[in-house]
Amino acid sequence: MAFKGAVVVDTEKCKGCGVCIANCPTDTLALANKVNSKGYPYAMMANPDNCIGCANCAIVCPDSVITVYKVKI
Amino acid sequence: MDTHDIIKPENLVYGKSKVLTDTVMHYCPGCTHGVVHKIIAEVIEEMDIQDRTIGVCPVGCAVFAYKYIDIDWQQAAHGRAPALATATKRLYPDKYVFTYQGDGDLASIGTAEIIHACNRGENIVVIFINNAIYGMTGGQMAPTTLLGMKTATTPYGRKAELNGYPLKITELVAQLEGTCYVTRQSAQNPASVRKAKKAIRKAFENTTQRKGTSFIEIVAACNSNWKMAPVKANKWMEENMFPFYPLGDLKDR
Repeated sequence: MAFKGAVVVDTEKCKGCGVCIANCPTDTLALANKVNSKGYPYAMMANPDNCIGCANCAIVCPDSVITVYKVKI
Repeated sequence: MDTHDIIKPENLVYGKSKVLTDTVMHYCPGCTHGVVHKIIAEVIEEMDIQDRTIGVCPVGCAVFAYKYIDIDWQQAAHGRAPALATATKRLYPDKYVFTYQGDGDLASIGTAEIIHACNRGENIVVIFINNAIYGMTGGQMAPTTLLGMKTATTPYGRKAELNGYPLKITELVAQLEGTCYVTRQSAQNPASVRKAKKAIRKAFENTTQRKGTSFIEIVAACNSNWKMAPVKANKWMEENMFPFYPLGDLKDR
């Protein structure tokens, strides 16, 4: 059984610490080239096809800005 | 399947806990405090005790914890959170009372309070965030600072002959009769966050069984004052903090 996931990052609250990126097993996330209104480069899905919806990024996110969705395919 | 087909309420697997408020936390990027706040909120939500939980804020970076977790709070003077929690628990024995303290607060100025609260076996939960430095005041040496570690007040590294030895307060309280559950956890990767959450849940459950004090140390990173990037600070913590502060249960009865 395979899963496909997607994450939504609250870009205004993200502080760009990169802990989610270090803990992503599938290399889905990366910091954006753009910054939010506080000047932080925020996390985003750079490779959305890789996401398996494991929620590791959301579990380690210190600011709880990541929401994870998952479907069976 | 396209990303916007997946992002639907019925496919939600992980979201922000309802017990957390929408206020943006003032912590530095990558601070462990945020993760610990989140797991406390998740435990409170899972146990459905939001209206029966009273927290005691420390003095330190986590002083504004009452802005972020939507429960009843008390604000203690520096180090006095266990004393205030004792009073709160004795006045409201059916509430879940916990303190949230840093290492400067608990292991330095509040040493007397924590040792006597644990020795009396108060039915409270103590959550102790150990990042081996004074965070809010600008990175001074704390009792838990490792030997050789550079801080604002030990610019050449902590030396035992001048500054004494790092204090293992968790091992100290494990010796006391009043404590029922003493554990050391961390929160730098998904596995450790899950373990820490289990420990916090167990500690909250212990308070209803009147077994004594539950003490949870969480070894944390203070990337700003360690002067490292968040991910590097977590790695430094694994390499340098864990050998001196080994993770695991010290006492469970």
